Amino acid sequence: MQQSRTFGKMGGAARRLRIPDILSTGRRSAQPSEPGLKSAHFNKPWLAFGLVAPQLLILLFFFFIPSYKALSLAFVQVDPFGGTQIFVGLENFYNLFASPEYRGSALFTLWFTVAQNAATLLLAGLFAFATDFVIKGRGIYKSIILLPYAIAPVISGVIWAFLFNPAVGPIAQFLHGLGVEWDPNRRPFDAQLLVTIASVWKNVCYDYIFLVAALLAVPVSLLEAAKLDGARPVRRFFTISLPLISPTIFFLVVMNFVYGLFETFGIIDAVTRGGPAGATNSLVYKVYQDGFVQLDLGSSAAQSVLLMLIAILFTIVQFRALERKVNYQV
Amino acid sequence: MPERHLGLSIFCHAVLLIGAIFVCLPLYFAFVAGSLTLQEVQQAPFPVLPGSQFLENLAAAWQQGEFSRLFLNSIIVTAGIVVGKLAISLIAAFGVTYFRFPFRMTAFWLIFVSLMLPVEVRIIPTYEAVADAAGPLRWLAGTIGLSGIVERLTGYSIEASLKWNMVNSYSGLILPLIASASATFLFRQFFLSVPDELCEAAKLDGAGPLKFFKDILLPLSSANIAALSIILFLYGWNQYLWPLLFTTDKEMGTAVLGLKQLVPVSDSAPAWNIAMSAALLVMLPPAAVILFMQRWFTKGLVDSGK
Repeated sequence: MQQSRTFGKMGGAARRLRIPDILSTGRRSAQPSEPGLKSAHFNKPWLAFGLVAPQLLILLFFFFIPSYKALSLAFVQVDPFGGTQIFVGLENFYNLFASPEYRGSALFTLWFTVAQNAATLLLAGLFAFATDFVIKGRGIYKSIILLPYAIAPVISGVIWAFLFNPAVGPIAQFLHGLGVEWDPNRRPFDAQLLVTIASVWKNVCYDYIFLVAALLAVPVSLLEAAKLDGARPVRRFFTISLPLISPTIFFLVVMNFVYGLFETFGIIDAVTRGGPAGATNSLVYKVYQDGFVQLDLGSSAAQSVLLMLIAILFTIVQFRALERKVNYQV
Repeated sequence: MPERHLGLSIFCHAVLLIGAIFVCLPLYFAFVAGSLTLQEVQQAPFPVLPGSQFLENLAAAWQQGEFSRLFLNSIIVTAGIVVGKLAISLIAAFGVTYFRFPFRMTAFWLIFVSLMLPVEVRIIPTYEAVADAAGPLRWLAGTIGLSGIVERLTGYSIEASLKWNMVNSYSGLILPLIASASATFLFRQFFLSVPDELCEAAKLDGAGPLKFFKDILLPLSSANIAALSIILFLYGWNQYLWPLLFTTDKEMGTAVLGLKQLVPVSDSAPAWNIAMSAALLVMLPPAAVILFMQRWFTKGLVDSGK
């Protein structure tokens, strides 16, 4: 059953697939099977080219050419007016690794990503467990906790920047009242904390949706059996539900990493603009700063290439996670 | 499961209440700030109850941000992203799963590879490639070295000169955001799960591929289409970085950009009341979508994560 294994890797579709799969076994052996091709298919190559062409064209112009350009720019130095280009080999990369700003930016990005990952997952896990347990009001809680998903990262950044604004923000006033020094415009740690809080607020809902769905999919029979054996709800959660949803958790860890590394532009631009003194200059924000504000295209492209490498790494990890997810099905 | 755990039950409700407060408190403060006058919003103890200026501030924000134009832009761009991406990915997924043709696997891998890089990572080169397109496409053709692609490119040199004008245009705002294969991949997985008998029956009845697509496959996909269009709507409406880079003309901005313009910076009057009303205005359409179409939205999100 070579083909059914390929199907198995595709995650969600796997379960529903089983019936047509069995029914069509006899016929499939007649033709040499190609992965991902329906056994009942059409033989009209030109029509197929026409159907796939729009997608390929748009990818060519907005994906492959830009990626190629980033690669080629990473090895040259361009003067700010775009006149001349000199091939400099790996010099852009050497300069990056040598520059304290880049290392500071990488360190902040890592710190931020790990912190928001842990906080987001813990909060989402707690909320999901509670949602799974309560019966009354479940729908209302769910709708409210889902709400930030609708809000653009930059809007959530604007709101949090206001709440913690040292001059007018209500929460900043509250902190000042308690005697806490608070000024994200001057104190680097305050700014980093604020960015982290804003993105946790924005992102908890994403992890929450997946965890609630995963907890719902835990087979009732297992939970009932454990209950008969006298396991109480918390014990059942840790010994049955948690191991069964661990693939989802792994997937979410990867997604949170991807978010923390690549999708912070809106929040950082709204809350701190990378400041104070570059304390919240994440890697993605630095690509923008160096490329569009400083016009150092070579360095910016080299940073893009490094980010692309990290992104590819995460995609590979994520597909491993997909495989594990299927293996865990009961 | 009739089972009594009073303590745990109280704990869970408390956790969820705290969660709800954690989510709502910032929004509530935004609402309060949006209902105050400029003087009130600057006073030292921030008021707990909303003031009386809410509607006035909304009107002022609408005026100052020129939101009638920006909302129109946002609607056009978002609709373009939703419809464009759905259309392109539906037919591409149909082509890849239901047709045997030469280079089928090549096409599939070319599409699949694009899943790997988020837009944010390649945003500067994308800007470069699109904004500079008139001359550099030829330069690209000269240095790329792959003659097959070069030939295809020179065939599009007229279109390349059009690309020069894509800064400050709707197509410039829409097309680069469509260029990812996530939706294609989703539909491919769904099509693979459709029973083969349907296609065989359609073929026996003499239906061609397009008729099969229109009369059988599309109606079967309607649930997936609905779910995905909600996700794409939120994605399109909430875009910030790309419109920021790609519009220099204020007239062509989106609603989210317009809001950012209203946020007070250090040397201007701290008109946070107007900024917060604008924030509420701009988040209203996506929030309404999430509240009223929650079931579809959840399905779409969980499916697209798989």
